[in-house]
Amino acid sequence: MPDSMPALPATPDEATRQTRIRLTINDTPHDLSIAPRRTLLEVLREDLSLTGAKPGCEMGNCGACTVLLDGEAVYSCLVLAIECPGHTITTIEGLTRDGQLHPIQDTFVQYDALQCGFCTPGQVLALKSLLDRNPHPTDDEIDRGMAGNICRCGAYPKIRAAARALARQQP
Amino acid sequence: MPIRIITTHLEFEGQVSEQRVVIEGDEPPVWGPDAALSIVGTPQPRVDGRERVSGVAEYTYDVRLPGMLIAVGLRSPHPHARVTRIDATRAEVAPGVRAVYTRFNAGDFLHPDNERPFFGEELPYAGDLVALVVAESRAQASDACALIAVDYEPLPFVIDPEAALQPDAPHVILTRENNGLSDEYPKTYERGDITRGLAEADVTVEVRFETPAALHNSLETHGATAQWDGRTLTIWTSTQDVYGSRRQVASALGLMHNQVRAIKQYMGGGFGSKFGTHSSGMLAAYAAYKLGRPVQYMLSREEENLCTGHRSPTIQTYHLGAKRDGTITAIDLHAIANVGATGGWFPPVSMVAKEMYQCPNVRTVDEGARTNLGPFAAFRAPGVVEGTAGFEVALDRLAAALNMDPLEFRRKNYAPEHQAMERPYARKLLLEAYDLAAERIGWATRDAEERRYPLGRDGHLRRGVGMASQMWGGDGGPPAQAIAKLLPDGTAVILTGTQDIGTGTRTVLAQIAAEELGLPLEHVRVELGDTEFGVFSPGSGGSMTLSSVGPAVRMAAVEARKELLEVISQLAEAPTDAIELRQGAVFSRETGKEMGTIASFLDQLDGHEITAKGMRGPNAEGMTVRTFGVQFAEVEVDVGTGEVRVLRVVACHDCGRIVNPLTFSSQIEGGIIQGLGFALMEQRIVDDRLGIPVNANLENYKVPTIRDVPEIEIIPLDRPNIHANTLGTLGAGEPPIIPTPGAIANAVAHALGRPVDALPLTPDRVLKLLNQEATV
Repeated sequence: MPDSMPALPATPDEATRQTRIRLTINDTPHDLSIAPRRTLLEVLREDLSLTGAKPGCEMGNCGACTVLLDGEAVYSCLVLAIECPGHTITTIEGLTRDGQLHPIQDTFVQYDALQCGFCTPGQVLALKSLLDRNPHPTDDEIDRGMAGNICRCGAYPKIRAAARALARQQP
Repeated sequence: MPIRIITTHLEFEGQVSEQRVVIEGDEPPVWGPDAALSIVGTPQPRVDGRERVSGVAEYTYDVRLPGMLIAVGLRSPHPHARVTRIDATRAEVAPGVRAVYTRFNAGDFLHPDNERPFFGEELPYAGDLVALVVAESRAQASDACALIAVDYEPLPFVIDPEAALQPDAPHVILTRENNGLSDEYPKTYERGDITRGLAEADVTVEVRFETPAALHNSLETHGATAQWDGRTLTIWTSTQDVYGSRRQVASALGLMHNQVRAIKQYMGGGFGSKFGTHSSGMLAAYAAYKLGRPVQYMLSREEENLCTGHRSPTIQTYHLGAKRDGTITAIDLHAIANVGATGGWFPPVSMVAKEMYQCPNVRTVDEGARTNLGPFAAFRAPGVVEGTAGFEVALDRLAAALNMDPLEFRRKNYAPEHQAMERPYARKLLLEAYDLAAERIGWATRDAEERRYPLGRDGHLRRGVGMASQMWGGDGGPPAQAIAKLLPDGTAVILTGTQDIGTGTRTVLAQIAAEELGLPLEHVRVELGDTEFGVFSPGSGGSMTLSSVGPAVRMAAVEARKELLEVISQLAEAPTDAIELRQGAVFSRETGKEMGTIASFLDQLDGHEITAKGMRGPNAEGMTVRTFGVQFAEVEVDVGTGEVRVLRVVACHDCGRIVNPLTFSSQIEGGIIQGLGFALMEQRIVDDRLGIPVNANLENYKVPTIRDVPEIEIIPLDRPNIHANTLGTLGAGEPPIIPTPGAIANAVAHALGRPVDALPLTPDRVLKLLNQEATV
């Protein structure tokens, strides 16, 4: 009982269907020519070698690919790169300035709010988005704000502790 | 240093094996309870924390090489089928495609461990590999996959393990006579007389308990990037075992070991599933070798959840008997584990039933069933998490039948010796752990009205408290090697071949070396995860990394310190025993005065580096070294919705000396949270008519998020176990996940006043339990 030959036409060569866009990432403009179907995650990693955003599920479940779009945490696997011109994109690479860790990053290290670290860039950015919006979140607001980022190692208690410490320190 | 070959015993994931290993030199004496340590035993943030929080850490998925090609796999949609024809002509000419591999052009590429082809003619589960497309980009490879036409001849399949063991069941693999794991199974263990034990009992219970297939779902999928330069095959592979990877790749490609370099610096989780290199990584190596270009093959989440392994589902049937006074007289267990189509071993489901509590009459029957599903793989205390859940639930049923307090019942049947091996435990602090943890959870008031019914008898919430004991190995063993190098500026590099799989191995090894070398922690750098520059270490698993490699690092540091003291002694014209090293400086023991920094002495020599080797010594003979522990859980059940919320977990585990209390607590918390997922939400769901897993993703396969996490209270014992190894340390990776599901299941049974017969305790299952007659 042979399966039928797939009827799908060959997808057009990526090279012939490119769109030119300018993406502003970590305050730096990048001029790119990309296929419209490509996600922001793919473009960050494959074209710009910004590999801090991780592919964990590529269907918007795990949060490992979290970046900030105009300050809001988004799953970059669910955002098309062509949606992003004119917006401000911040990746984990943009948080460390002149070799200095951002206070959230530093607090994550001090509290051991990470284990394997694969989800950590996404966790850090999700927390930044939360604290920028709400500098003194309650414990429940922290849990709700961070619930979109899976940590399979289970660093949650220490992510929680780091977030609570930051919420107390914020001006 | 003179060498000697010795025979030692190593227990790995419940299996004891005899090993012949080379021992060189002598290990330093064990750090006993009185050892004065200043860095070991203190909480230290990870030495590589900065890389991990800043996005700089390079995971296997992040390796990007010039000219790198990307591979995408095409996998079988059938639970059992034969591939009769593959037409890849359209894919081969699609844009960017550099190769398409199938059974027709790569059928002779065999896995070195089981000699199964990577591309088989017979595909015994949905998700087995049909073809691999290698292209300039992932999009091009994916597009080309859709152009491959495959003719499948569907074959009869079976996915239920009990059905698979029936004589007339479809053959999971056509060439096998039956669907048993191997000729060794069913495998029976017996001591005493089970029939007599049951006859002597005043009370007996029969309990059937089922556990689901849990998927590891490491956030970084399996895979590798490989490069062949005509001389060396380099593989960056997401593995818990770089040396195993080197051996496999060399063997599969017919290369010599010195032509293969395996690298794993950072890994996004493994939890047991990443021993050696997965077939995806082997195929990356194969394609790179054939094409002469770097190739990356990282699995998609769906592939990950179909073909890389899972905790095998079990069906456990217990017959237990006890005297009226609570003395257990009989333990009978029949355990079926569904190992999938190609699983290679039996997870030790019955280990705890044999050993955990005192009983003269025990019979366990292990039965491995093959089914048309992906192969199982080790998953953090494989078999023992499942076995502990089932056995501890069954014990609570027996305690209830005796009208006895569950904790008192366990104390009554405490096993002071290893009954199956008839030898003593090196140490067992379990009774003390029971006392400490019971006090903390408030065990004495668990039946209090106001605690069980927080909203009153008419409210929709019920609370319960349950507990489960834990045992595991984790004392490590040889072979494991390390090299300590002291550089002219007084800093140190530790070289070893182990890997840091996220547990904090780099940090604890640096602490051990800094302690012995008298250096500040930041002056010690640990290099690992690379077969080219490391020295042999075993795979990271069985909670044995620190307890195997740590002593080797310690010995290397001690040997390097001896040479350093000799150098300083000759330069300073002072006897070695008059000198002391602390925080990178040299002190006179007599006056206490600083004589200069270590660097100031080494600097007087022209470029001398001190290099010393250390090796893990043999294990103690005549005794069994174990971690023992206990967890108590308090849960709240909404009887309207069936939702279970874990409120608190109290954990007390004896893992010997704690090298780093900060990362230790992270391990305990992480284990408990994975255990909570297994207890309440995690399960692979298979459509039994189609034979297809329907939730091979993170959308419908539920893992805990931060909102599911209870208050976790850890009671550290932190006492060196002097029989374990020269650190007095045992592993903490697996112990914390072992008792969590059983403790939660018993807490739910307590809350509901009804027995629990399966995991996970999803709302639908809890509602079904509520509709049954109350019997507990």
